[in-house]
Amino acid sequence: MRTFDYFKPVCVEEALFLLNKFADKSKLVAGGTDVMVQWKKRIISPVALISLRNIPELNFIRMNDCLEIGSATTHRSLELSADIKSKFPAIYDAVSNIGSVQVRNSATIGGNLCNAAPSADSAPPMLVLDTGVNIVSSDGQRSIPIDQFFKGPGKTVVQPNEVVKSFSIATPPENTGMAYWKHTRRSAMDLPILGVAVLLSFDEDIKTCVKARIGLSVVAPTPIRARKAEEFLLGNVVNEASLDEAGKIAASECSPRTTIRGSDWYRREMARVLVKRVGLISTERASHFSKLES
Amino acid sequence: MKRSISFSVNGDTVQVEVHPHWNLLRVLREELELTGAKQGCGEGECGACTVLVNGLPINSCIYPIMEVEGKDVLTIEGLASRDGALHPVQEAFLEKAGVQCGFCTPGMIMSAKALLDANPDPDEEEIRQALAGNMCRCTGYIQIIESVKHAAALLSSIEQEA
Ligand SMILES: Cc1cc2nc3c(=O)[nH]c(=O)nc-3n(C[C@H](O)[C@H](O)[C@H](O)COP(=O)(O)OP(=O)(O)OC[C@H]3O[C@@H](n4cnc5c(N)ncnc54)[C@H](O)[C@@H]3O)c2cc1C
Ligand code: FES
Ligand code: FES
Repeated sequence: MRTFDYFKPVCVEEALFLLNKFADKSKLVAGGTDVMVQWKKRIISPVALISLRNIPELNFIRMNDCLEIGSATTHRSLELSADIKSKFPAIYDAVSNIGSVQVRNSATIGGNLCNAAPSADSAPPMLVLDTGVNIVSSDGQRSIPIDQFFKGPGKTVVQPNEVVKSFSIATPPENTGMAYWKHTRRSAMDLPILGVAVLLSFDEDIKTCVKARIGLSVVAPTPIRARKAEEFLLGNVVNEASLDEAGKIAASECSPRTTIRGSDWYRREMARVLVKRVGLISTERASHFSKLES
Repeated sequence: MKRSISFSVNGDTVQVEVHPHWNLLRVLREELELTGAKQGCGEGECGACTVLVNGLPINSCIYPIMEVEGKDVLTIEGLASRDGALHPVQEAFLEKAGVQCGFCTPGMIMSAKALLDANPDPDEEEIRQALAGNMCRCTGYIQIIESVKHAAALLSSIEQEA
């Protein structure tokens, strides 16, 4: 019979011990919304599943000087956090529209990023927030900037003896706006044709851009940053014309594939259109926040 | 190798021998003979298998059985009171024709109940969001949304009487 053993460690140390014991014959499981489906489809056949659901030190949202999110925090907990919605709306935009309520009650942000689908909805917002990924093994800890985290479809820098522990995000400077847009055919229960996150920080006038981040999914083998478009915006006045140009540059940085959800030219074209649109939403949010703060 | 686990289903504690790769839906349907929750897709897409675990709706078809140990599971069978009187959400679905073939209904009603537990007076958008993971091939959804609105009204009138 095709089966697996199921372990429920209650602390990270115990999870690492089990990982070392079973090595590549085991698989970590958080919410299981990818793992259980992959197991049913016979894509994976581990002899042991090591569950991260019962480890309190992986399940938290902490907001002090910076934001820290435990890897096994569910999308639903993030969606319902008032702090996430008000201070990190790009994360809210993404996690509140992953699958259904049922999926979000199980699925975790760590699972989403470690599964490393090119379409992972939480990736673009985490990219524009310059997230640090904190990884542990029995040899110690390391922290990797998220733009170096993804290695290919389904591949990350995480080694078989490692667990992603948390994500660290610095509080964005004043006069910052951010948003994520998931481009889909249906408004719910669909994977994105492409996903676009934009973060813009301005000086006091809310015109000149002092920081720009653009994160895109489904336009390359991994979620990417559109660095040339970011460079173009930096120091520039942000308006329809400059965002138009940024969209064109971002589109030229994409190397999308044709899949059942969309063809390559359509994805590139929509990247151009959506970078501008999401840039405008971010600008609007920045001016809204600066009014609230003053 | 089978494992013995214990959890609560609709208020009763049960002890079941399970294979660790089983999912909650399989155990409910095949071991406990609670066949209200349905298997549609088996992959988290359709919501026919929706039950509440510790009050939260989940897809039981991909919920590892080993995670259920010590938890409270509520299925459609646990909604009506022991004397057979229907729960207001069930009444509302009958009254507003939210049920046709009935395959999606147990999942729909569990999602609706979880919504109304957390938010007794949802607007239409909130209802649509809460039910987005429950597919229905019959009703066209309009009657289901009407049913949930009616359930909210029934529950609030019961609340006021109490
Ligand atoms: C019906 C349905 C709809 C979906 N809709 C969407 C959607 O709209 N957008 C989207 O992006 N995704 C979607 N998904 C995919 C999935 O739900 C997400 O990727 C989810 O966030 C995965 O999280 P999980 O906790 O369930 O991961 P799991 O399945 O538990 O794990 C996923 C992978 O990550 C690894 N892993 C998990 N946690 C860690 C850790 N802490 N350290 C190291 N490795 C780890 C596991 O070993 C596994 O390889 C959907 C899935 C389903 C079934
Ligand atoms: S049977 Fe579980 S979601 Fe379809
Ligand atoms: S009533 Fe038939 S699927 Fe909904």
